Amino acid sequence: MKIAVCIKQVPTREWQPRLNDDKTWIREQDASFEMNEPDAYALEEALRLKEKHGGEVIVCSAGPARVAQVIREALARGADRAIQVEDDGLASADAFVTSGALAEAMREDSFDLVLTGLQSDDQGFAQVGVILAERLGYPHATIIMEVQVSPSTLREPQGHPEQGRGTTSSGQVGELRVKRELEGGWFQWVAMPLPAVLTIQSGINQLRYATLKGIMAAKKKEIRKVQPSPATAPKQKIASLYAPEKGKKTQIIGGSPAEAAKELVRRLRDEARVIS
Amino acid sequence: MIVVIAEQRHGKLNRATWETIVGAQQLATATSTPIAVLVPGVNTAGVASELAAAQVQEVVTLEHAALEPYTPDGFTAALQEAVTQLQATYVLLPHTYQTRDFAPKLAARMDRALVTDVTGVKSGSGQTAFVRPMFQGKLTADVVPQGPAPHFITFQIGAYRVDQVAKGTAAAGVRALSIDLDASVIREKPEPPFQQAKQAVDLSQAERIVSVGRGIKEQANIAIAQQLADALGAEIAASRPICDAGWLPMERQVGSSGQTVAPKLYLALGISGAIQHLVGMKGSSTVVAINKDADAPIFEIADYGIVGDLFEIVPAIIEAVKA
Repeated sequence: MKIAVCIKQVPTREWQPRLNDDKTWIREQDASFEMNEPDAYALEEALRLKEKHGGEVIVCSAGPARVAQVIREALARGADRAIQVEDDGLASADAFVTSGALAEAMREDSFDLVLTGLQSDDQGFAQVGVILAERLGYPHATIIMEVQVSPSTLREPQGHPEQGRGTTSSGQVGELRVKRELEGGWFQWVAMPLPAVLTIQSGINQLRYATLKGIMAAKKKEIRKVQPSPATAPKQKIASLYAPEKGKKTQIIGGSPAEAAKELVRRLRDEARVIS
Repeated sequence: MIVVIAEQRHGKLNRATWETIVGAQQLATATSTPIAVLVPGVNTAGVASELAAAQVQEVVTLEHAALEPYTPDGFTAALQEAVTQLQATYVLLPHTYQTRDFAPKLAARMDRALVTDVTGVKSGSGQTAFVRPMFQGKLTADVVPQGPAPHFITFQIGAYRVDQVAKGTAAAGVRALSIDLDASVIREKPEPPFQQAKQAVDLSQAERIVSVGRGIKEQANIAIAQQLADALGAEIAASRPICDAGWLPMERQVGSSGQTVAPKLYLALGISGAIQHLVGMKGSSTVVAINKDADAPIFEIADYGIVGDLFEIVPAIIEAVKA
């Protein structure tokens, strides 16, 4: 199976936001970045599918030059090669622009399966995977917690030492069965033909970390750089970006841990009356 | 026309639809545009007459056998035609998992803007902006959709209160829209929904909840939170990453993928307050947040906050409760 994984580089969880001068984006120079967490689960799922069924995992990312960091990390964890769509404008791009750039760069590879995280921890659109499916003409399913590929659909690796690398899809129609998460603890199995796009939910598997051997091997792996053609017109504009307005008047209780704890308990008893 | 797409299954309305109608009414006032509520599916009559109580111009049913069960291919094809027929300027949807599954596809097919997870509408100076969280709720953005109408907007669950909906003096008219839908375009074959395990714990009935997030750092530390829960007579719960890691069972997860709770007291330990968590607990009467990061979004919805090390503060609270 030829599996693509789309990953995004996002600010770390510890990052404290600072805005640029016109308050329409963040000050990138103050941020440190990491792999978007749901995308890390998508990568892990792709690596597990490859281990089970054979094939190739190709990591794809669209962003400024800095995304090379998460591409290297993905290669170190076991992806075979990468496609990097590089443009500074992609740092703050909307989902239409990002998925357009990815679709264009990915089309010629004719992937059997495309995985990505269900949403990104930066802009959080939860759109790119689904729009990518529409652009590639593939069916899709979102918020996936289990992936089953039926054995009859696998492409035979025999006689293809590079396992399909550089070749296009055989056109063989395969089938996929996935467990989709619904709200409130409900799930649903959905079957669909390959090729397909899935957006992966965090927690679908346990993540692996890169080994030293993996890190060394990653240095020799191919990263194909692609310039996006004159971009799709943006579909949304950030007019302003700001710190959230507080919905409630939060009473911050100060003092030493003991003092704060005592005061909190007093207020919960006497003011809020929620404990006895 | 502002078109609200209602969500229903087997004749039962998803209440988030009412919240979206509140958003639609706000947008209708700002833009002087009438509202139509579109009900796709089968057996839509009951839901349609329920929704006709809202102050809207009309309720439109979109019945087709191929819309049940839900599939993204079926909904995209049907709704593209319906939205076009209704000459929508805005298409509004609740930001449910089902919406997340098809709305980007529908917007992409029509090559129109989609702004997701919106919490408010701002109008003035000749443009309408939609307020949405970004960066895990650390920042908020005013976003203006670009390009020709219709613009697709999804509203975050809980962004509006159902009791704010304006009801009409008389029921709105209900009519049926007929469409051509070729069922052979549907590639997905869904199976019936199921619950993984019987929910042994019903957190929705809990009066008090102590909930833990990533700040608890390791599984062994869950015991500290459990002691606090015991001292307060509370149930223990967690944000998603804790349940993903297996530190607490999935049935104790609060948030969009877990349970929705509304206790008298919700005490959040080391929970930053990602949107997916907040939607599951923001109906709580009193929220306490304990977090080392003073800028954590959880403090925006907390009534009481302590900024500091939970490993020092929690034992002190247990002591103070027992004193």
